[in-house]
Amino acid sequence: MPGGAAAAIVTATREDRRRVLAAVDAAASAQGLYPGMPLAQAQALGGGWLSVHEADPQGDAAAMRRLALWCLRYAPLVAPDRDGVGLWIDITGCAHLWGTETALLNDLVRRLSGWGLHARAAVADTPALAHAMARFAAAPVHILPPGASPPDLPVAALRLPADIIEGLRLLGFDRTAPLAAAPRAPLVRRFGTILATRLDQLAGRVFEPIQPLAPETAIQARLTFVEPLLTAEAFATVIVRLAGMVSTALERAGRGARALDLLFERVDGSVQAVRIGMALPNRDPRHLGRMLAERLGQVDPGLGVEAMRLLVVRANRVGPTQLCAVPGDDKAKVSPGPLAPGSLAPGSLAPGPLAPGPLAPGPLAPGPLAPGPLALDPASLDPLGLGTLVDRLANRVGSDRVYRIELVESDVPERSVRKAHPLSQGLVPHGLAAKKQARTGRRAAPAWPADLPRPVRLLDPPQAVETLAALPDSPPVMFTWRRVRHHVRRADGPERIAGEWWKREGERHAVRDYYRVEDESGRRFWLFRKGNGNAGETGDMRWFLHGFL
Amino acid sequence: MIPDSTLRWDRFYVHCMFPSIPPTGIPDPPPRSPGLPQTLPGMGGTLRDLRERVARIGRSSARPDGSAVLPFGLAPVDQALPGGGLALGALHEAASAGADTEHAAAATLFTAGILARMEGPVLWVLQQPDLFAPGLACAGLQPERILFVEAGRHVLAVMEEGLSQPALAAVVGELDGRMALAASRRLHLAAERSGILTLLIRRSRGFDDPALALPSAAVTRWRIAALPSPPVLPHAPETPGLGPARWRLDLMRCRGGEPASWIVEACDETGRLGLAADAADRSDQAPERRSA
Repeated sequence: MPGGAAAAIVTATREDRRRVLAAVDAAASAQGLYPGMPLAQAQALGGGWLSVHEADPQGDAAAMRRLALWCLRYAPLVAPDRDGVGLWIDITGCAHLWGTETALLNDLVRRLSGWGLHARAAVADTPALAHAMARFAAAPVHILPPGASPPDLPVAALRLPADIIEGLRLLGFDRTAPLAAAPRAPLVRRFGTILATRLDQLAGRVFEPIQPLAPETAIQARLTFVEPLLTAEAFATVIVRLAGMVSTALERAGRGARALDLLFERVDGSVQAVRIGMALPNRDPRHLGRMLAERLGQVDPGLGVEAMRLLVVRANRVGPTQLCAVPGDDKAKVSPGPLAPGSLAPGSLAPGPLAPGPLAPGPLAPGPLAPGPLALDPASLDPLGLGTLVDRLANRVGSDRVYRIELVESDVPERSVRKAHPLSQGLVPHGLAAKKQARTGRRAAPAWPADLPRPVRLLDPPQAVETLAALPDSPPVMFTWRRVRHHVRRADGPERIAGEWWKREGERHAVRDYYRVEDESGRRFWLFRKGNGNAGETGDMRWFLHGFL
Repeated sequence: MIPDSTLRWDRFYVHCMFPSIPPTGIPDPPPRSPGLPQTLPGMGGTLRDLRERVARIGRSSARPDGSAVLPFGLAPVDQALPGGGLALGALHEAASAGADTEHAAAATLFTAGILARMEGPVLWVLQQPDLFAPGLACAGLQPERILFVEAGRHVLAVMEEGLSQPALAAVVGELDGRMALAASRRLHLAAERSGILTLLIRRSRGFDDPALALPSAAVTRWRIAALPSPPVLPHAPETPGLGPARWRLDLMRCRGGEPASWIVEACDETGRLGLAADAADRSDQAPERRSA
């Protein structure tokens, strides 16, 4: 929760047709605001000092994930909470590294408060109990000694849906201790097994798995040689093997490489490195191998290379869209057999006595759904196969010099286009993709104006020319460019382009009048005059050559 | 004239057999009168047969669709080209004439017009970034189809790289100054292997640079010169305004064909050339006058 500022900060989201608060800070909470309150009511209560921001659940989740990654410094198993506002850290066997559990918690809270994060922390025997104590204990840092029985807590500590909590309140239960003492069967019949599961999890009678973040390990392959290698042919052979190894590892991880480092460890102890980048995640060993082999010329093997290491510097998950895009796939192969609806009751998925219940996905459920290694095909990300071409070209001339041109909504010619990523949508419309786009009606980007005459070559910056022209709106009779005089035989214009006063203050009155002119040889030019020919503030009436038509 | 030693014997053979076909390297062949019949009546069958045999020998790979062409849709031009259009798996060159040699605006529009009449992605290899994409759209080539590469000194290498990618429909390069015959031969062979239309826009700082006319392996070489356009309204010549541009289109070299020259209207917004209206009234071109 953000730090306490003078003004209260809340985030708002849309629920059906009204705006409600998604989160409130301490100051707002003190004013009686709570999440779920209609925004209008909150503003009426809060007056002018309420600072309202748009809720960003995805950003929150990403931040929580980053925080969880940071918490890996305390213990190897860290799991973000399912409600998105907490973290579980499994400190089993780690607390002694900080001396005591108290020291660990104090360190954690101190570091977090150093960033302006108000944190509450608790240590307990089970994840459920720690979750409850962190929220409902009086002290911000609370340690429940091992084996202690769960204290009496509000029913809200049970992580139950709001309607069950409301139902329990109607029955007169608002603390957990009387609830745990009450007969189970009527409660379960009324509210479902989840109530019993939560109570058992709190007491530690039922195991509750947490889903820890998998810390990312670098994918790499290394080969050492008996004899130092010196020749490019030998390196090329090794590259083929390394690329194959890395490709297998990437395939297993469901990823494609975006950047690769190939390190040559020389006998003199120094390291030479080449790096290649890919426009799209790729794990085709032939493509990777060819790109690496093209860079061999940059390597100085010195007295010999005794080991080579191929390291995936950046990798992206290759999306699930590829699951069904295998050429010639049949539905039977792709459909995950054991999980097909109806073939198996969901409850029977969990073997053994540790039934996680329907809410806890546990480590078992994703298994059969995870994409198998053969289900992925890098070619389907990029149906035309232009990704590999873009990679090869970018490695040859530099990635900023391979691009597509995109239209920008601006009438000023030099600002009307910009470079775009070579594989951004647009290049793709061809065959299947074009039909799909036509069907979905996407691609509402500005259309290329075919009716406005535009030059095919643009001079940047425009070059000043000397002209003989009548004011205010006649095309020049002749002009001199590069000391050559051109007599204008035919002309068309003006096309008036006003400055973008809404973006740039200096262009408030600026005007350019563009003329297409043809000289006596038939060559066509695109000229403009700064200013509208009447008012001095629109420009200084100088003429420029801007392009060739 | 003794052909360059890097030439293959079949080219030599062509020159010996048909002295009427000028050898490569003559800077500016005199434009022939348009519409001249290509073969004399009695010789047609033999000549065609011999040309086909020569074309088969010259082709490095036996591609089944090696004879695919892209017609211009302009009967006099298509008749002058063997196969009735621009051969797809081959190298073609275009250059502007006169003062436009440096910026090659007319040659670029001519190229864009060719590409506008085909489908699929295009690789456009630039030497310096002075191309203005909306201008291409005016000739019917949608810039979304184009992948641009600023290659600096590596234009030919990048083009060759592009020719290894069968998903491309065409590869365009812009080359400033001279090009070695061996380099053009290499590019042409790569184009032949891939079946991709390959176009080279030749540019130069100098007007009508003779370096642009040095021998090259391009199957066709075009020169586009701007001509003064006629008045917008022929009956009221004083009306201000600009009509379609007018070009003199010179086919300076054509393997298996003869040089020719036409006066055309520049590409319209769909990339089509048109016969110039007043030139079309001449008796030899009258039947082919564009209906549009």
